[in-house]
Amino acid sequence: MHYESPIRDPWIVGKTDYTTISNEICGPAEAEPTKWWYMGFTLSVLVLLYGAGVLTYYFFTGVGTWGLNKTIGWAWDITNFVWWIGIGHAGTLISAILLIFRQEWRNSINRSAEAMTIFAVFCAGVFPVLHMGRVWDGFWVLPLPNDLGPLWPNFNSALLWDVFAISTYLTVSVVFWYTGIIPDLATLRDRSTKKLRKFTLNFFSFGWNGSVRHWNRFELVSLILAGISTPLVLSVHTIVSFDFATSVIPGWHTTIFPPYFVAGAIFSGFAMVLSLMIIARKVMGLEKYITIGHIEAMAKIITLTGSMVGIAYGTEFFIAWYSGDPFEQFAFINRAFGPYAWAYWIMISCNVISPQLFWFRKLRRDPTFVWILAVFVNIGMWFERFVIIVISLHRDFLPSSWAMYHPTWVEISIYLMTFGLFMSCFLLFAKYLPVVAIAEVKAILKSTRGGKPEEAMIGRGKQDYDPELAYRLVMAAKANGKGQGHAVAEHDSNPGDENYINPIAQGGGENE
Amino acid sequence: MENNKTQYWKGLDELHGEEAFEKQRYNEFAEKLPLGKVITEPEMGLTANRRDFLKFMGFSVSAATLAACTTTPVKKVIPYIIKPIEIDPGVANYYATTCSGCAANCSLIVKTREGRPIKIEGNPESSFNRGGVCSVGQGTVLSLYDSGRMANPTKDKKDITWQDLDKEVLEKLKAVAASGGQIRILTGTVNSPSTLAVIKEFIAKYPTAKHVSYDAVSSSALIEANRQAFGKAVVPDYKIENAKMLVSFGADFLGTWISPVEYTKQYSAARKVDDKKGMLYHVQFESTLTLSGSNADLRAVLAPSQYGDALISLHNKVAELAGRAKAGDSSLELMGNSIALTAKNLWANRGKSIVITDSNNIDHQLIVASINSMLGNIGTTIDLANPSFQRTGNDKDMIGLVNDMNDGKVAALFIWDTNPSYTYPDSKKFNDGVKKVGLTVSFGDRINETGEQVQFMAPDNHFLESWGDAEPKAGYMSLTQPTISPIFQTRQAQESLLAWMEKPMNYHDYIQNHWKENCFGKQTEHKTFDDFWVHTLELGFMKGAPVTASAESFGAAANLSTAAGRAKAAGTGIEVILYEKVSIRDGKEANNPWLQEVPDPISKISWDNYALVSPKWAEEKGLNDEDVVEISANGYKVNLPIVRQPGQRYNTVAIAFGYGRTINKEAGKVVAEVKGANAYPFAQISGDSIIYNGATATITGKGETYPLAFTQTHHHMEGRDLIRETTPSRMEKGDFGQPEEEGGSAKMISLWQDYRFPGHHWGMAIDLNACTGCNACVVSCNAENNVAVVGKDEVRRRREMHWMRIDRYYAFGDTEKEPKMHDGYKDIDALDKEKKIDYENVKVVFQPLTCQHCSNAPCETVCPVNAISHSSEGLNQQVYNRCVGTRYCANNCPYKVRRFNWFKYFENDKFDYTMTDPLARMVLNPDVVVRSRGVMEKCSFCVQRIQAGKLKAKTERRGLVDGDVKTACQQTCPANAIVFGDMNDPNSEISKLVVNKRGYGILTDLNVRPNITYMSKVRATPEQLS
Repeated sequence: MHYESPIRDPWIVGKTDYTTISNEICGPAEAEPTKWWYMGFTLSVLVLLYGAGVLTYYFFTGVGTWGLNKTIGWAWDITNFVWWIGIGHAGTLISAILLIFRQEWRNSINRSAEAMTIFAVFCAGVFPVLHMGRVWDGFWVLPLPNDLGPLWPNFNSALLWDVFAISTYLTVSVVFWYTGIIPDLATLRDRSTKKLRKFTLNFFSFGWNGSVRHWNRFELVSLILAGISTPLVLSVHTIVSFDFATSVIPGWHTTIFPPYFVAGAIFSGFAMVLSLMIIARKVMGLEKYITIGHIEAMAKIITLTGSMVGIAYGTEFFIAWYSGDPFEQFAFINRAFGPYAWAYWIMISCNVISPQLFWFRKLRRDPTFVWILAVFVNIGMWFERFVIIVISLHRDFLPSSWAMYHPTWVEISIYLMTFGLFMSCFLLFAKYLPVVAIAEVKAILKSTRGGKPEEAMIGRGKQDYDPELAYRLVMAAKANGKGQGHAVAEHDSNPGDENYINPIAQGGGENE
Repeated sequence: MENNKTQYWKGLDELHGEEAFEKQRYNEFAEKLPLGKVITEPEMGLTANRRDFLKFMGFSVSAATLAACTTTPVKKVIPYIIKPIEIDPGVANYYATTCSGCAANCSLIVKTREGRPIKIEGNPESSFNRGGVCSVGQGTVLSLYDSGRMANPTKDKKDITWQDLDKEVLEKLKAVAASGGQIRILTGTVNSPSTLAVIKEFIAKYPTAKHVSYDAVSSSALIEANRQAFGKAVVPDYKIENAKMLVSFGADFLGTWISPVEYTKQYSAARKVDDKKGMLYHVQFESTLTLSGSNADLRAVLAPSQYGDALISLHNKVAELAGRAKAGDSSLELMGNSIALTAKNLWANRGKSIVITDSNNIDHQLIVASINSMLGNIGTTIDLANPSFQRTGNDKDMIGLVNDMNDGKVAALFIWDTNPSYTYPDSKKFNDGVKKVGLTVSFGDRINETGEQVQFMAPDNHFLESWGDAEPKAGYMSLTQPTISPIFQTRQAQESLLAWMEKPMNYHDYIQNHWKENCFGKQTEHKTFDDFWVHTLELGFMKGAPVTASAESFGAAANLSTAAGRAKAAGTGIEVILYEKVSIRDGKEANNPWLQEVPDPISKISWDNYALVSPKWAEEKGLNDEDVVEISANGYKVNLPIVRQPGQRYNTVAIAFGYGRTINKEAGKVVAEVKGANAYPFAQISGDSIIYNGATATITGKGETYPLAFTQTHHHMEGRDLIRETTPSRMEKGDFGQPEEEGGSAKMISLWQDYRFPGHHWGMAIDLNACTGCNACVVSCNAENNVAVVGKDEVRRRREMHWMRIDRYYAFGDTEKEPKMHDGYKDIDALDKEKKIDYENVKVVFQPLTCQHCSNAPCETVCPVNAISHSSEGLNQQVYNRCVGTRYCANNCPYKVRRFNWFKYFENDKFDYTMTDPLARMVLNPDVVVRSRGVMEKCSFCVQRIQAGKLKAKTERRGLVDGDVKTACQQTCPANAIVFGDMNDPNSEISKLVVNKRGYGILTDLNVRPNITYMSKVRATPEQLS
């Protein structure tokens, strides 16, 4: 019997249309916050405030309140920094690279992933600033003109590159995210009945009116930003890895670090997206838009990047052996069998072994399981940075200076604070802004809506030509930055025409 | 009426109603006001209009108001209303004086700035300590500023005036003298001729008085044995420099025994290998690992109870070779054939060898004297004719005094420079005795354990505030001159004694008279006394002509066979060893934070006391480092954490003196933080001697742990090429300890442009063969560079701030088991599992480590703000002002020599040691900035000294010559292990050392190009001894 496999699974399931999409996504943003939201938000803010209190104590007392010592100059501070920065990677990857590669499934998750990126970069930024002994002089890392003569930062230092990399990344991520949200802000505005709200949203959506010209520019800007962001996905973590790779410490001084860090970052970023979105889709009732298919796709990426990270771990060991450098060899033996071996094996089991379970289709389609595993991956990735930083430092060249590191309550509290910060920001975002990109989801609604897979096929079976399908494809292609679809030529109404009705803007205007 | 009114007019303009007038008429000011120039100061180019004036005024008023809002802190300046002629602010003055840190009495140069002493250096002119000072000597300058010192004389702990004190003491003293009561002056070692003269005068005035000299850690037996054997009750002068062979039974002559700086100077000179063939061989027999033992060529361990047997065995083996009679019967051997080997070598080097022991057992000392006598060392390497006066304590007198006091025979007691209530083994008996004495006076500088017992405290000056002299070696007279006027209301003890013999006078005059009468005549160089006095003060010492040493024969007074019979002891169970720590010694300087924080060179533990046990024993008992145990012996119990010490004899426990002080916090805030137990009660009073070692102890675990402040926690080098070692015979074959090149030497290339050093290029060479690990450099560096003391808690967190540290590693004494490079980690584990490691037979190496001032410094490239720069003279410069504290440089430093200011050490009350104490901070060196919180610091190669040296050369209009600049560590090093200088100067010592065949850099494979050259250690193997 002839079996034709579907092109792809539908990315939006269940009965829905443009109006429903608008209602369902804008609904939570317009309704009163729920009891659960208040509880979550209060808890987050309390954690944030507690952490801020500890931070104040730290600020007035000194770095001595941490568990660092003469041998270990960085520990939880930079571990947390790299961890948060890594988490921030999924957002850009989803927004930029998947956009360029026309992965339509990204449309449902890119908004929240990008928001997560921004908040994660906030959290990450806390650490490199705060870890300085003299925080108040931290601005000296900026290339500012000053009256002390030609005194510049040290352009040889990877820490300085970090400053540029992260600030660029944060700027571009914010702009990209904000650009994407403009049409949705307009939708919210149009649905609003209150004057002040209408005015404010109008202000923040820059007076978006859904005209073709606006859409055209929107698409163009998205594409340009995607182009700018794509190298950033690679560059940021590459540069973060230079913090270690450009040093002389065995275990840090490794050329494999850039790709290994990028893979690890994407790995942890997707894990964080999953840990948040699996909860959000349930709580906010977004199962239609964030489907099992989405979860599955992300799980596959996790398996891919997890395996890359695993290969990197193996390569490091191979090179340590192959180099013949006794210091390097010792550093790696010490990782696996030294006093911090427990941290190393947590890392291996969480990062290398656990993602392999996603080879089982049943497991990667089980949201509860995926969520647990995603949390494991995040734990594993935190330990990866801990392993690299602390285990490499604690036993380097001169055995006389070997030492152990134990975190203090201050360090733990500051780490907790960043969770408070992250969750507060994320809850505010989830409450007041559309967590799913309405416009972009609408663009793929028809092409990927559930039903028979044949519906989506064109030129492949019985239905050779369907005008409505042609619209959809045009728009999908447009939204993905492709330009004109091949079906367009046969259609008499294209986006350039006067009669053209924007199917996406339609949803926004329905309630007026 | 109106018409009648007279019309007045001002002028014709008004009268005529001229236009110009009408225009001006209603203007208030007829003339134009100079509003544009309210303030005009043409010469200053200042014109201001009204608005400006108002602005200025407003600003001035508000500025003045704001400024008045805070109370201006009262800043005390040095009131130089009449400036002393010799003091120029910013210019240091140097005075020669004599150290009183211990009775070795080294000659010093004291650096003072604006009238306050800030640094101690050895007097390089001195023929005896030759510019070296130990860590304790370095620390004494901080003890001067100890706020725990007494500020006033007291009676029954209540302040009184000196007049009242004098009156009361004199009254009582007269009463005692009238009734014929016995008077005793109890002192530590006194070798000051003028002080002895004062005491003599005192005894003449009060004939019932007697002088009792008592040392906390006594060499009484050595003196007594020499009296019995050679008729001379002295500590001989050991001429280690002239010796070829040195055998020590337990004496830590490099660390603590009698005169460690002098011995170290001679020892390192005798062990120099580069310019001559053959070096001093050193054999150490001991029970616990001492500094001397760790430097020995051959080291064998024995239990304290075996000393007698071992000495008899050695004696008899030497006697056999010498054809003399044996004494006693023992053929004990240790670690293979160590004793036979030693005997053979001693005989081969007869007349050029020295045998010493620190045992306070007269019988042991007699056997040693006999061995030396048989070897013909008396008169050659052991000089009894020009003896040392650095130990004069007499146990017999002290034991007699305590008995007399308890019998109520003593009516007055003066205690000076000794603390028997703490150090006397039966301190309870001593204290009971003191209570029975009618008049008790202490000259102590604080209310310590003894101070608690006495009625009157007549606090003595610190030696840096005093006049004095010393005769540490016969004929060597060192002067003490004050470098600061007394900080507190204290008075020199000699002046007090003079006052109480009703002859009140200034001690300066007394000492001058004394020198006029006794010393002036002994020289011919200076014609007038004034000339002589000024020159001697300037130089610091005078040296009389030595007496010709003669070979004293072993006298009949000593019955060797009886001694040998008594010397044998049966050891049972766990034996206690009591020892002095290098920087704490007998506990006198225990309130010194520098000395508490500097780690013990062997155990690398600072601040607290602990009990050293053998690793094998600990394993058997299931005990680990830091496990608290109860040690009881002699009916005395202490709780101490244990430390497993490689090189420690099995079934022994070693405890250091100087801990477990019971003085209150006002008198010792540093001591109050130190935990530990008093070890003195473990000593046994046996007949006329105090025997320190050998008490039988029982040890039981307490099931608790106590965290110790280790500065180094890993003791094995993991087979890394950090320390290179060779042997004299290998050196003859051209093997200088350098590794064999594998496949030719690859030239290191650099991505960076090489620095060029057109002027000076500073570098340092450290000779691992000379370095004994004594810690003097570390304390000297602390003093010179204002290094913060951080306290026990912070050291436990591995955060000590020392810019200089001495790494200590162990190696196996048995070279067969020496693990090979690359496999170290594996091999040791394997050996450990097979229980093949002989932890008693270990070798020790020391490696002083400080900033290497790398030419390709890894710290420089990683700093984001350029806070580390490379000077044109090759210095790696940390710019504190620019540092933001990312700590990346410290992470990237392969040598881990960078230190971070975790807290604001100079303001945070948690660190109440030197910088927060208003008195103690007077010791800070004004040439070195005190670092702020959050910045990185490290060794600067004493850049302030380099600058001072350059400046001096410049003002003298000459070029810098080698030796103008000495770093603090180099200056103080008793072993001359550190050489600093300009590597661009072809004639400098350093340029010769950097090309020395033993020279190497550590971690040069990293291509960081360190500028410190290490020179490999040379140690003879037992095979070479034979």
